[in-house]
Amino acid sequence: MSEKLNKTILHPWHTAHGARFTEFAGWDMPIRYERGPVAEHRLVRSSCGLFDISHMGRFIVRGERSAAFLDRLLTAPIAKLISGQSSYALMCRDDGGVLDDVFVYRIPATQTFGDEGWLVVVNASNREKDLSWMSSHADAGITVEDVSLQIAMIAVQGPRAIELTDLLCDGQAGSVERFFSRESVLDGVAALMGRTGYTGEDGVELYVDAGKAAGVWEKILQTAEQAGIDAGPIGLAARDSLRFEPGFPLYGHELTETRTPLDAGLKWACDFSKPFSGSDAMLVRAQSHDAVRLVTLRMVEKAVPREGCPVFEAGDNNERAGIVVSGMYAPTADGYYANAYVPVHKAARDTPYSVEVHGRLKSAIVVKRPIYRPSYRSA
Amino acid sequence: MNFDETVRYMKSHEWIRKDGNLMITGISDYAQDSLGDVVFVELPEIGATFKKGDAFGVVESVKAASDVFMPQSGEIVEVNTQLDDNPALVNESPFGEGWLIKFRPTAPEEWSELMEMVAYKKYTEELEE
Repeated sequence: MSEKLNKTILHPWHTAHGARFTEFAGWDMPIRYERGPVAEHRLVRSSCGLFDISHMGRFIVRGERSAAFLDRLLTAPIAKLISGQSSYALMCRDDGGVLDDVFVYRIPATQTFGDEGWLVVVNASNREKDLSWMSSHADAGITVEDVSLQIAMIAVQGPRAIELTDLLCDGQAGSVERFFSRESVLDGVAALMGRTGYTGEDGVELYVDAGKAAGVWEKILQTAEQAGIDAGPIGLAARDSLRFEPGFPLYGHELTETRTPLDAGLKWACDFSKPFSGSDAMLVRAQSHDAVRLVTLRMVEKAVPREGCPVFEAGDNNERAGIVVSGMYAPTADGYYANAYVPVHKAARDTPYSVEVHGRLKSAIVVKRPIYRPSYRSA
Repeated sequence: MNFDETVRYMKSHEWIRKDGNLMITGISDYAQDSLGDVVFVELPEIGATFKKGDAFGVVESVKAASDVFMPQSGEIVEVNTQLDDNPALVNESPFGEGWLIKFRPTAPEEWSELMEMVAYKKYTEELEE
């Protein structure tokens, strides 16, 4: 029942513009608009899409020893970030299990957020859990403030996203380096812009005062139309296929509390030269004989693999090998793919497997990740 | 929303049309609209036989898989192989190019049990309430 669900500040706009809704993490969110998820996916890859991601959690961490606090709590080398810089990181339990994957910005004093501090962006599904974990692990003098309802979040992604955003902020978006941020003014509204995203395309994630978000959203779309830039709103279905192709994990699928970052192939996001929550445990677990590894499978026999589909060894053996955690038709890769956990010793590229789809075994093969190389990474 | 008046309908949104001594079946415009982008269609083997109401295949959209059911009993004579490379035909032309199967009906009297367009249209309107 949609009355019990949370709604972002843009919900009325979505309703007025043909969105179809779904429940996601307790929020009534657009799963698609009139275009449909495949066309929305292609729009982002070819031009530009707008995402209302205000359902995600946004915390501000402040305090004298907040760098050390975050460095201890998160896998990435947070304390080394300079002002304006950001990083992807995982937050883990003592046993190495992933509590959440997050994005952290070291921000100076801004109009949007106030005094300097750290902006921690978390998954909507984990907002309460993360707030509780961070608050209970905070030393005296450290504050963790949930600003999710005061500050809205909009992503602008695609090969023309920077061009479009630049029209609204006098070219300030294009001059922000990847994984850095800057506060700018978009159509008279203060906005923190982070040069990052979850699609494998260039673009920004914008943080604006919730009360101003609808105006900014509409202004971006109007500007696109006037400039002849093909742009449109993108729902959660396309958001999923867009993140899947460049190999980005989605919490609840590739990442859960029973998986470690190493299981998920996220060693690159872990700095083992510093102690952090779960670091010792995850290294021990990685050595275990029944350690698992996340692989991407391409369906050789056509079928749509889905979360929960069992994975079996190929050949007459037919032993149970693992499980699908995400599966779909990937529009840009133009094929049927799955992310699955299989034994770490049988995770090499070209390893054949069978995936059970609707009670029938369909052959699949491990492929090199990602199946779509982010356009901002050089060849 | 399109409603083809040359076909009859099931409550599960399949349509069926007479084609000489065969029958053609697909899913309605209402069905493809609710499903969204069709990304894969699983069709039966030629020669397979089904009873009215049996699931003969699956239409997969981005987010969900939907069984499709036989509007009448019959033996599969042809399947729409175009859907292999172009499942979107189901969305683009649900009553035309997006047809799913052709079959030889084994109990032709079952035709009279199906809804005509006006009744089906009314049924979909009731579903929306």
